[in-house]
Amino acid sequence: MTFRILSKRQLAYKKTLFEVEAPDVAAKALPGQFLIVIAREGGERVPLTICEYDRQKGTVSFAFHEVGKTTKELGTLNEGDRLFNVTGPLGNPSNISRFGRVLCVGGSIMIAPILLQAKALKAEGNHVTTVLGCRGDEFLFMKEEASAVSDEVHVASDDGTAGTKGLDFLEELVSSERFDRCVVMGPVDMMKRVSEITRPYGIPTFVTLTPIMIDGMGMCGVCRVTVGGKMMFGCVDGPEFDGHQTNFDELIMRQRTMLPEERLSSILWETNGGCKCERK
Amino acid sequence: MKGNEPGNVEATAISLKDEDVPMPRQEPHERVKNFSEVALGYTEEMALKEAARCLRCKNPQCRKGCPVDVPIPEFIECILQGEYAEGIALVKSKNALPAICGRVCPQEQQCQMKCVKGKKGDPVNIGRLERFLADWERDNEGYWPEAPAPTGKRVAVIGAGPAGLTAAADLVRSGHSVTLFEALHVGGGVLSYGIPEFRLPKEIVQREIDYVRRLGVEIKLGYLIGRIKTIPELLGQGYDAIFIGSGAGLPQWTGCPGENLGGIYSANEFLIRVNLMKAYAFPEQDTPIRVGKHLVVIGGGNVAIDCARISMRLGATVCLNYRRSRNELPARREEIENAEEEGLACKFLSAPVEFYGDEKGWVKSMRCTCMELTEPDEKGRQGVQPIPCSDFEIPVDTVIIAIGQTPNPIIQRTTEGLMTNPRNGTIVVDAEGRTNLEGVYAGGDIATGAATVISAMGAGKRAARSIHRYLMETPRGERTSTGN
Repeated sequence: MTFRILSKRQLAYKKTLFEVEAPDVAAKALPGQFLIVIAREGGERVPLTICEYDRQKGTVSFAFHEVGKTTKELGTLNEGDRLFNVTGPLGNPSNISRFGRVLCVGGSIMIAPILLQAKALKAEGNHVTTVLGCRGDEFLFMKEEASAVSDEVHVASDDGTAGTKGLDFLEELVSSERFDRCVVMGPVDMMKRVSEITRPYGIPTFVTLTPIMIDGMGMCGVCRVTVGGKMMFGCVDGPEFDGHQTNFDELIMRQRTMLPEERLSSILWETNGGCKCERK
Repeated sequence: MKGNEPGNVEATAISLKDEDVPMPRQEPHERVKNFSEVALGYTEEMALKEAARCLRCKNPQCRKGCPVDVPIPEFIECILQGEYAEGIALVKSKNALPAICGRVCPQEQQCQMKCVKGKKGDPVNIGRLERFLADWERDNEGYWPEAPAPTGKRVAVIGAGPAGLTAAADLVRSGHSVTLFEALHVGGGVLSYGIPEFRLPKEIVQREIDYVRRLGVEIKLGYLIGRIKTIPELLGQGYDAIFIGSGAGLPQWTGCPGENLGGIYSANEFLIRVNLMKAYAFPEQDTPIRVGKHLVVIGGGNVAIDCARISMRLGATVCLNYRRSRNELPARREEIENAEEEGLACKFLSAPVEFYGDEKGWVKSMRCTCMELTEPDEKGRQGVQPIPCSDFEIPVDTVIIAIGQTPNPIIQRTTEGLMTNPRNGTIVVDAEGRTNLEGVYAGGDIATGAATVISAMGAGKRAARSIHRYLMETPRGERTSTGN
């Protein structure tokens, strides 16, 4: 496989979507699964959630937020460039069935993959309410795509510059309307918050966890999370878990274990002139 | 006069005791600062001297100790005659990965254990001689087998570790068309992600993989079978037989509270970061590793020793924490000695109870309990049990848990009807490597649980033989009908 980048779409500031040629991966990809992407030989293995796939064209898409060295480096690649390796589809697919009324909540870069879920759930005949969460207006994207695959769309932002401010409105939404299922993809604190909101109403809530991973196929165990008091692996047991059973605080702590090293790597890359876009 | 000097007295003693030619090695104080290979290999002179120790037994026992049946006396004879090309050809007729086996096989429990010389002194160092030939080939015109007549049969091999590489090499040399699927982005399996650079340079692993590729095996990297394609799909897509050699890659845990704290690695995570992703060269390499000052490795096998030796090279003070005593250490004696020379401390008869973290969620200490060996059971095996009220706490900032691996469940979960052992998740096979599914074979750690490189290679070899027979004896139509 060649893993050529067929299209690059700037979603928002430092948020990018790649459509990559990978016919064998595309043939099996399903909503909820993820890829391990290696930008170049010797690069890190980065887990990224599948945002779209086209079996005919033989492509898969993934979105990333330029935060660390590898994602910044990915951001410098363009259409026609080749990735060193894309392994997938990994993890268990989400349960896409007819549940009734489904609430899909996507935050930050995970807006892109939540829409794949929303689309699939809609196609199964569910009534889909989609919530897009972002820091502010300049970070919001795919609002039209969300409308196309949902019956209702709500926007919320941290600073109130897009839609409603904060997630408080969700409490009202779930108390006034009936939901049979809730799926959440986004930053851990957001998934924790949404799970807390839905818990009193007994809405089955599923969160897609993105712990640190290396191999992504069960070997390293760095992605271990505690769900229902049991040790689970994000990659082979997940990535989707029961939000009401997930120990989010432990996950937040575990995500930070390599932070100093990640920062060092990122700073070194930038000072060595890695970011070509700003040097032009 | 000279004869009275102590050095010469010792030299005489050595020759009387018929000792082997020692392996030149990097000095401990040097090697603990680098990731270069520790054992440097025999020179030609050393190899000749060691080869000359072989008694050329009429009924050689050594070969019986080799899981892949390498013609040992014959290749030693080739070394003596200076026929190195023929020597390596003989080795490679049975073993596609001699540079690897010469380095990491536990010869002392196999061929060398059977060597008659071992009864009175040191056995012939067969492993070091095998390595000598393999390394000679690297710098000289190599051996190249004749291309076999194509059979028109296709075989899929899953996992490019020792079992898969061996099976693939043997099958392609029998004339079958072979595709090798590897889930990681680098081939070699445990040879690449598990065994550290200073015991097995990755350049040597790559060379052996290239040899298998040049034999005609198509290697597909980044293909996790079970996800990208399932076993039934492969059978439906024109593969006549399948060999599963996906290894034992899933880490085991202690189950002690606090195991998810930062600074607690599974041996697999630690090894994958350092060996596969080369984290020892961070930040030049992208994947980081963090070891603190006081590191504890829990376990006593070869994996535990590898983790300990890597940690010392990364600057940590390392203590091995093993629940039995020194006599029961499952690691190779040679590696334990190497590690102790490099500064490893060992705490025997001790097991973890709980890990404690600081306010940031990083491990800061662990509580252990003292253990005692129990009376041997009817099989003669001693158990181990905690001594009541013997707990003690030690400060640590990094812990590596190296207490074993179990098979990865992905293939078993995605192959309907494949018979597995409910106790440990291994795939059930017969003596020839056949699973309960027609045309599907398995071998190595996926069938036995975690074992050695050479036993996996032996299993790959047996399965390849059995697959070959199956493909050549069973008419295609018949196979398809029974398959349905």
